[in-house]
Parts: sequence; C-alpha cells; structure tokens
Amino acid sequence: MEGLVVSEAKLVVVVPPSMSKRIPEAVLQELSFHLFKYNEIFGGVLLAYDIRIDGKEAGVLQDILPHICVSLSGNLLVFNPKPDMLLEGTVVKLTPESIHVVVLGFASAVIVDEDIREELEYVDGRDGEVYQSKYHKHHVIKIGTVLRFQVKSLDEDIIHICGSLAPTGTGSVKWLEKRNMGTQMLDSTKGADGFIIGGMLSDL
Amino acid sequence: MGMESVHNTTGTNEVENYDFTDSELIYYVRNALDSTTSDDSSYQELVGLMHHKERLSPDQVALLSTCLKALSGAVSCIDMTCHKDLLSSIFAMSLWRHGVEASDALADLVVSLAVSNGKFVDLCLAMLVRNFMPPYSFMDSLKEPRGLARKAHALSLVHSSLESISRLVPLAPTRLAALVVQEMPRIQEKEKIGQAGALTNIRIFVENMFRLESGPVGALVGSTMLMAVVDRLLDLDLDISWDDILKDESSRGIFEMELEDWEYEGEDADDLEQIIGQSLSRKALSRNASAEQLDALLVLTFEHLESCQTQGRLNEVFSVLLQSFCRTVLNAYKSKFTQFVMFYVCALDPENCGVSFSKTLVDLFCSDCPPLTRMSAAAYLASYLSRAMFLSDKVVLTNLKRLVDWCVEYCGIHGDDCDLNPEAHRIFYAGCQAIMYILCFRMRGIITVPWLKSQLSMMPIETILKHPLAPLKVCLPSVVEEFLGQAKAARLFTVSKTFIFDDLLESELSRAFGGLERLDMFFPFDPCLLKQSDSFIRQHYIYWSMVGKHYANDEQGSSDEEEDEEITVKGNDNMAMSYDDEGVNLDDFDLAMTKMSITPKNHSLIYGYGGELQELSRMPSKIRPSMSPPEL
Repeated sequence: MEGLVVSEAKLVVVVPPSMSKRIPEAVLQELSFHLFKYNEIFGGVLLAYDIRIDGKEAGVLQDILPHICVSLSGNLLVFNPKPDMLLEGTVVKLTPESIHVVVLGFASAVIVDEDIREELEYVDGRDGEVYQSKYHKHHVIKIGTVLRFQVKSLDEDIIHICGSLAPTGTGSVKWLEKRNMGTQMLDSTKGADGFIIGGMLSDL
Repeated sequence: MGMESVHNTTGTNEVENYDFTDSELIYYVRNALDSTTSDDSSYQELVGLMHHKERLSPDQVALLSTCLKALSGAVSCIDMTCHKDLLSSIFAMSLWRHGVEASDALADLVVSLAVSNGKFVDLCLAMLVRNFMPPYSFMDSLKEPRGLARKAHALSLVHSSLESISRLVPLAPTRLAALVVQEMPRIQEKEKIGQAGALTNIRIFVENMFRLESGPVGALVGSTMLMAVVDRLLDLDLDISWDDILKDESSRGIFEMELEDWEYEGEDADDLEQIIGQSLSRKALSRNASAEQLDALLVLTFEHLESCQTQGRLNEVFSVLLQSFCRTVLNAYKSKFTQFVMFYVCALDPENCGVSFSKTLVDLFCSDCPPLTRMSAAAYLASYLSRAMFLSDKVVLTNLKRLVDWCVEYCGIHGDDCDLNPEAHRIFYAGCQAIMYILCFRMRGIITVPWLKSQLSMMPIETILKHPLAPLKVCLPSVVEEFLGQAKAARLFTVSKTFIFDDLLESELSRAFGGLERLDMFFPFDPCLLKQSDSFIRQHYIYWSMVGKHYANDEQGSSDEEEDEEITVKGNDNMAMSYDDEGVNLDDFDLAMTKMSITPKNHSLIYGYGGELQELSRMPSKIRPSMSPPEL
C-alpha cells in the first residue's frame, strides 16, 4: 500500500523542569500526544516511533521559562496519503450511495456513488448488501472485503479520505491479486507454449 | 420538485397518486441541493421543511421523515458553504421533539453526514451531544410515562448514532470526548433555567456520560468521562463554601452540643437530638443548589459504580478514578464530598480497590512529592483507614506499619539534637498524627486479636512519640489525648510525661505544622453530610459513636479484667457485626455523624465564639464533636 513512509528524524523535545527526573517518560508522553494526528512537522500522521535520546541541555525559553531540550533521533512511521495514491482498507459499510472503508484501523474513507465505476453495481440480495461487477461475477465487494481505492482528497483534521473506485486497478484486493496472478501465468504460459491454460481467466 | 407538490397538496388521495421510489426521492433532493444558486426555490422549500418549531401534523411528520431519508442518500451533494442554512436547520433539530419515524430518520441522516465528509464530523457529534438533554419545553413531561418513553427512545438513538459514527470514523471518539466535556451544563446554568431545570439537565447529561463510559466507545472515551464527572463533582464541592454554612445561625448549636449530655438524658433527649441533628445536618445544604446537584450526581456515580461491579469491570474504573483522585481531588483544598467516590468504589471491592487505595496513599506519603501533597495523603490515609469498615484490621496494621517505619526513619535521620520546628517537620507531624488518629479508631479492634496486638506492640511508636521532635506536643491535642487514653487502656505503652492541653482542640504548634491550609485538621472522610449519598456510604462506615461506645465501656471497666474481656469481644474487628447485633437503627447514625469529626475548622469559629470554649471544655467525650460545618 502506498502512503506509508519510514523516515529518519532528528527531533528536539522541550521538557519542563518538573519532569527533569523523568525525561524518558516526558519524551514518550510528548510523542504519544502526536500519534494518529496529522502534523506537518512529521510530514503526515505519526503512527509509530523508535527513538533514542541523544542528549539534553537546560535552557531558558524566550528568556522567560526554564526548560530542558532533549535531542532525539530515530525512525518514524508516517502515513501520508496524497491524491492519486492507491490505499487499501477494510469495507465497514455499504449503501446504494456509498462505500465506507477504514484504513489501517484508524483512518476513515468514503467512496460515493459518483466515484464508483459503472461496472460495480449495488445489489441488496440474499447475502446482504454487496457491490458486484457486471463483467466479473467473482469481483464482489462486501462488508469485510479489503478494498484498494484511489485517494481523491484528504481531510487532515480528522484523517478522513475521499476515495474513488473509478480506475480499473481498484476494487477488491483479493480479486485484483487473483487477476494479476492469472495475467502473469497467462504471460508465462503464452511465452512458453503459446497456449492459454483453460478456465483460469474465466474464473477471475 | 416532486416532493414539494406533495407537501403543497395535503390531500391524502393526491399523495397516494404519486409513487416515488427511494432513488427518485434522492434524485429530487439532489436536484434541490444543486439549485441553491438558481432561481429554483426547491432548495429553500427543503430548508423550510427542516425548520419547524410548532407541533407537526401526522402528514407533516411523514413528509419530514421522507425528506430526511432522502437527504441521507444525498449527503455527498451537501456542501458546508453552499448549504449552510440547511445544515443549520438539521443541526438545530431535536431527536426528542418529533415522532419515532422522524427521529429515526434524523439520526440516520446525522450518521450519514458524519461519515460522508470529515468536516461534518464535529458538527454531527456536537448535535448528538446536545441531544443528551431534552429541549427546555420538554422538561416537565419527563415525569410522565410518555415523556420517559420519549427519553428512552431519543437517548437510544443518540447512543446508537454515536456508536455508528465511531465505528465508521475511528478517530471520532477522540473528538467526542472533548465535545462532551465542553458541552457539560455549567454550574451557572441554574441562573438561566432555574434550579430544578439545571438539576434535571446535569443529571441526564451525567447519565449519558456514564452510558458512554460503559458502552462500546467506553474503551476510548471512558476515562475522560469518569474524570470529567469527578471534576464536575469537585467543582460543585468547592462551590459549597464552608463560610456560608458556618455563618448560618442555625448551625451554631452544633458547636455547643455536648455529646454525652444528649446520650444520657433519655428519650426526650434522643428525640430532641434527632430533631436538632437532622435539622442541623441538612438544613444548610438543602437550600444550596450546588449541594443538591452534588448529592444527585454522587448518587448517580455510586449507582454507576455498582453497575460496573456487576459487569465485572470495577477494577478498570477504579484505576481511572484513582488517577483522577491523585491528579485533582488529593490536592484540592479541603474537598468535602467528592472523595466519597473513592470510598465507595473501595467499599465495593475492599480486597483489591480498598487495599490498593490505601497503598497508593502510603506510597504518596513516602514519596518525594511536594510537602502539601504528602500531608494531604497522610490526612486521607488517616481518615480512610479510620472510617472504612470494610478494611480488615490486618490491612490497617500493614499500612500503619509503613507509616511508623517512615516516621522512625525520619527520627533516625534527624537525631536527638534537632529543634522543635513544626513548619520544618510538617510531613513528619502529619505522619505522626495519622498514626494516632488511625489508632483512635482501630486500636480497639486490633488489640482484640492477639497476633495483631503483638504486631502493634512491636511497632516502635513509643520511639517516635518520645523523640525530641515531640509529636505529642505538636499534633492536635484532641487526637493526642484520645490516643493516649486508649493506649493506656490497652496497656500498649505509657507516656510518663503529663500533657496538659486544657481540652484544646488545637494548639499553636499544630496550627504551625498544618500551615495556612490547616492540613493538621483535615480528615477528609468525616461523615458525609449529603443525605442521599450518605445512604450509600453509611453501611460501610465507622462512626465515632461506634468507637466511642466501646471506649466508654472500656473506660468504665478498665480496672476490671473480666469486664474488659467482655468489651473486647464486643468491640471485635468485625464492627459491622457488632453494630448490627446491637440492633442499632441505621437512621440513628444521622446523629453520630456529628461526632468525632474535626475538620475542617474555621479559625473564626474557635475564637469567634470566645467564651464558648469553656462549654466545649466541659465535654466528656474524648474527642470533640464535629467542628466541621453542621451536618448538611
């Protein structure tokens, strides 16, 4: 999935003197505060960190407040979805007008009917609500399906993604991977024998 | 727009002539939403439909429901800027006001809006939180069955919607927690909507907070909810001023009352005592709106704790409450009632919560926290171990031993040549006073069990008391006197030096170590003065009258070994048992609440009454009656 980046970082955390005996705790507290929030300093949403304390020095902030500067370095796992990136998430709700997805367990995404390609149509059948492809009967999107979609926009405030299923490379990940596998096998088969292994594509 | 034609022609037959499918309705609404800039008035008509204040006819309710459902399917077309009027109308609607169908449709629309666009999340959550409380016009009907049914339905919709939003937008609960705290009714609200309205509002709101705490989103917002409730309890608690109560003329009698005079003057005295006790107990606070709110909220909290116990998650709630206690209540200036939340949660699970609370307090006392925090922890510990009927003598003794060990170590560090400086050694004196106060209440139970008595005897308390820092001179004379009396009766040890306190409740030295905060006289678990809350507490509570009774018997029979033995059995560690065995009505403890209470004390009181000290000095009780505000 795109949008996930591990970046090396050097940071300085300002700790109040009251926490001077508990520097590691204060640093972790400060970093934890930024988890799952969009922050330009980190270049996205901080998901995890692996840091070490390089050093600390006392100082006076703006000539008024005493403080301790703690220098940190380490790796940060950052989530930064941008338009046109392909993300994957789990479908949590389907309506005739929208598909709702949760990405990485914390970011919500919605794909409205205008952004769902015509091939996928809403069916409220015996097995519940699903989106089914008109051309590939095994391409079914239902609650719990891992869906690959394209990012249209991101609300950074609450990490709400507006997505799209218009590109053909989007849809159920399981189905897409099967199709890709089939295509690869098809290519290799063609290359070897010039034959198509019967039935493989029709099952996709 | 098709739907408007239905609205304009209210005839049923004409409505039936139209056969709209859901998708057609959504299509019409989308067209209306697109027409904001054109001359087409269908958007304005749509806004008008949402903007009802008067009671709706069944047709109008049906139309409203249809519109709301159609809007749910068209949320992707709603724009924050273009459809500001529509959004304002939707968010101003109430889930309490319309019928079941319309309310259901409104709740669905709010959920759809929240999950369709990140910008709507906060607005939708705020609207749902506002619906925790009924519209003002609905307040009166809450007492009727119809009103209660409406309340149940509205709140069920609110919470199911919040759960749906939280499931679809996983970060929404973080916003929700902040919004709930922000939307909590203010204390000053009573000035706008009256005392009864304010009480109803805060009650319903807190009910909803507890419902959130115990619901599916509780894992994410539960701790914030509990802490916010405790903060509000504390706000109300601190809003009740001691001064206001103490200035009340009706409360003066409490300070003049002599306990044993009342007790020995027969039935008439009992009646009088009850009348005075009750009137003094609650009169002052019954007029106090904050006290009324606080009492109601404490009861709600106690009931919630009981439900948590039933659900088997009391420990989880306890850890949050303990955190909140350490952060706010412990350092609040003489909190009067809020701490009983901790007392009650400990009473519900003495073995885990009860023991853990006492351990935390001892840890805080022995820590390197600021002196006031440590002194406050000592005061809480002393009062808690003394009053908690649910704690075994063994637990009390374990904590006592840690206190004694700390004090002994302190004595060792400061040697024999240190000056008697109450201010400099205030933590030490707070610890010593805690030891004595605890033993005033619990010594009787401890000495009845030989192995506990031997453990107590082995504690180097005498070393502490005889140290040049002279805690007996510095701690509250009333506590010292009572402690020495009991220690002598128990033959625990004797202090050869005679202390003449002239029946003073406090001394200059005790004032000095207590500081401006008067932590020397702070015993936070003195009897709970709020009537409804007290009904939860009293069954777990050791009143001074229970201890005093044994003491009085003991004193009379102290020279007689056999009689002493008998008293020992009566005053066994299971105080609840002896309490019940004696057939004492729980209601009689209203009076007992006035006894064995020292804190908080108003300086002006002691000196203001001047000559009345003479009367106080005649009191035969070893520990004086409450110098706290009259029982409220």
